[in-house]
Amino acid sequence: MALSRLSSSAPGSNLLKPLTSAPSLRRSFSAAADDSTPITIETSLPFTSHVCDVPSRTVETSPKELMKFFRDMALMRRMEIAADSLYKSKLIRGFCHLYDGQEAVAIGMEAAITKKDCIITAYRDHCTFLGRGGTLLQVFSELMGRQGGCSKGKGGSMHFYKKDSGFYGGHGIVGAQVPLGCGLAFAQKYSKDETVTFALYGDGAANQGQLFEALNISALWDLPAILVCENNHYGMGTAEWRAAKSPAYYKRGDYVPGLKVDGMDVFAVKQACKFAKEHALKNGPIILEMDTYRYHGHSMSDPGSTYRTRDEISGVRQERDPIERIRKLIFAHDIATEKELKDIEKEMRKEVDEAIAQAKESPMPDPSELFTNVYVKGYGVESYGPDRKEVRAVLP
Amino acid sequence: MGRSSVMSRSRLMNWASHTRRSRSHQYQQAFSTSSETGKSLNLYSAINQALHIALETDPRTYVFGEDVGFGGVFRCTTGLADRFGKKRVFNTPLCEQGIVGFGIGLAAMGNRAVAEIQFADYIFPAFDQIVNEAAKFRYRSGNQFNCGGLTIRAPYGAVGHGGHYHSQSPEAFFCHAPGIKVVIPRSPRQAKGLLLSCIRDPNPVVFFEPKWLYRLSVEEVPEHDFMLPLSEAEVIREGNDITLVGWGAQLSVMEQACLDAEKDGISCELIDLRTLIPWDKDTVEASVKKTGRLLISHEAPVTGGFGAEIAASIVESCFLRLEAPVSRVCGLDTPFPLVFEPFYMPTKNKILDAIKTTVNY
Repeated sequence: MALSRLSSSAPGSNLLKPLTSAPSLRRSFSAAADDSTPITIETSLPFTSHVCDVPSRTVETSPKELMKFFRDMALMRRMEIAADSLYKSKLIRGFCHLYDGQEAVAIGMEAAITKKDCIITAYRDHCTFLGRGGTLLQVFSELMGRQGGCSKGKGGSMHFYKKDSGFYGGHGIVGAQVPLGCGLAFAQKYSKDETVTFALYGDGAANQGQLFEALNISALWDLPAILVCENNHYGMGTAEWRAAKSPAYYKRGDYVPGLKVDGMDVFAVKQACKFAKEHALKNGPIILEMDTYRYHGHSMSDPGSTYRTRDEISGVRQERDPIERIRKLIFAHDIATEKELKDIEKEMRKEVDEAIAQAKESPMPDPSELFTNVYVKGYGVESYGPDRKEVRAVLP
Repeated sequence: MGRSSVMSRSRLMNWASHTRRSRSHQYQQAFSTSSETGKSLNLYSAINQALHIALETDPRTYVFGEDVGFGGVFRCTTGLADRFGKKRVFNTPLCEQGIVGFGIGLAAMGNRAVAEIQFADYIFPAFDQIVNEAAKFRYRSGNQFNCGGLTIRAPYGAVGHGGHYHSQSPEAFFCHAPGIKVVIPRSPRQAKGLLLSCIRDPNPVVFFEPKWLYRLSVEEVPEHDFMLPLSEAEVIREGNDITLVGWGAQLSVMEQACLDAEKDGISCELIDLRTLIPWDKDTVEASVKKTGRLLISHEAPVTGGFGAEIAASIVESCFLRLEAPVSRVCGLDTPFPLVFEPFYMPTKNKILDAIKTTVNY
């Protein structure tokens, strides 16, 4: 575990502190939120590379960043749990895939890049959207198919987008977003603005043929594309080793370099994404395999317990949980108390509940919206009503 | 598997009608015994039973697809891997193009490959394999090779809240590829009999299962091995004023509309097409010649749907007998919507309206 190897910049460790250490001696939580004093830590595991250098395990952070990571991940976790209950009470329809367990990937990636870089992902997209600056209200409105949603209630769970911060969604078909992501990178290469695209896919999608087509093109033309395989070890209900001859996804680009990253350690993710961005701008595509885990089943219709043991799930929760890792770091560096972190979690719960209440107030889209956005506005295409004679309308 | 490829048109027709009669007879037999041995089953269990029988009766049958080894997301393949072993019932990676291509190769060696595509919405990566490889293998090899043993199963259609990628009805795309058959059952008994026919048919078949009915539709299904004829439509309700043609889950909606129309004194004849290509034009024609009116209904968008083909064919052959324009009550020309599903769907009331408009034309 990383904690045993922590090199703390704060004088003294918890063990050496007197048990009676008064709260007044502690930096208050609000102070920690602004404290940028550098702290040096090591990532949980060394990176493993395929035909490229390895980034350093030593990462610099600050109390401010640690608190932000904790807050953001706790919010994502709470949001996904809330989505679970909304789905079960049938307020969310359609298909719904939850991200809890994988939060460190979304947060770490975001911490390493700017909003000018692009992200494109599959259908497990709620948290990536939030990371790109989306709001809880947009999330819950979209989930419940309301006007206030990020896709005006027309997309639902699998189709979140945020154009102003380069989030290209939210794609429903396994693997189909990866060639699109390489196309984004192609455009970025022309625009010469030193930006890159992160194209995310799962270990299940890693076996789709179109992935390899996209990889070849990206390598051929040195596109600034970073293919991020979020390896949560199960493609729907199939364990990775049952579906892939080589589950070492970071090596599967052959001529494309790759890095294996502990996707449960937000700092490892951040470090790898920073490294990958620099690499991609200079040399073309790279694959990042994020070793991560989803606590929920594949989708809401999958209890997630038929193809893996409950012990496995609880083991990951105890040993590798990304939020718990940050919690331990915060304690180790004496940045906040247990109560303060609990209070933050309570606050997140409240924020989520308020957003849900507000989203429920958002109206359903107007029925005429059924016909909008099929083609460009004012294109003049005629659509037909049920019998093709009585009802005809020119699409808005 | 291969039949003589040189067959005069008339011989072919004779053969076809003969087969139809004999298969019809077989169907009647199955039907008559159903009351003795029939057990109440839902649609997914009926599919499961058919797959059990297919694997049992032919050792060269294989069932595979995403999560199929665990019973599949709709439980259609439950128990198959335990019973027949992982060498005959197995999971594949998530790679639809690969699944179908693999199935074609397996079938080309004389096996029966039953491939599952988890949702019909995911079939498009495999579209090239189906249209360019499966459909044309026999033709372009001058009948040296074929993949007749291939059956592709895929759940299709609306489910109430499936959204864009778990609701589509892509049958018309495949009806445009001569060389494959497209079959859609409406109920558990139909599903079992038709699926067994498809698996044993010497042509590649795409078999779309109405996922809305997997649990919803329950009826008596004979437990024994029986087949229902392909390319033979079934008149499931007789009437004199208008002919309604549909397939799959839409039939139960149409049946409701027929019942309501009856209250207004309109007598509707309802036909389940069952096989979309090659389709049973004779049955539809005979019915339209009797009623003088035709309404077709499907969930897929109206433009370019298979209803268009039926309408055009019937106008050609029954022009002078038609008393009203052919009516189509279908999905709208929009992507399949999430929150707007009720507006999009060809509902009972839309059909009822169209029945009245057509009858009062």
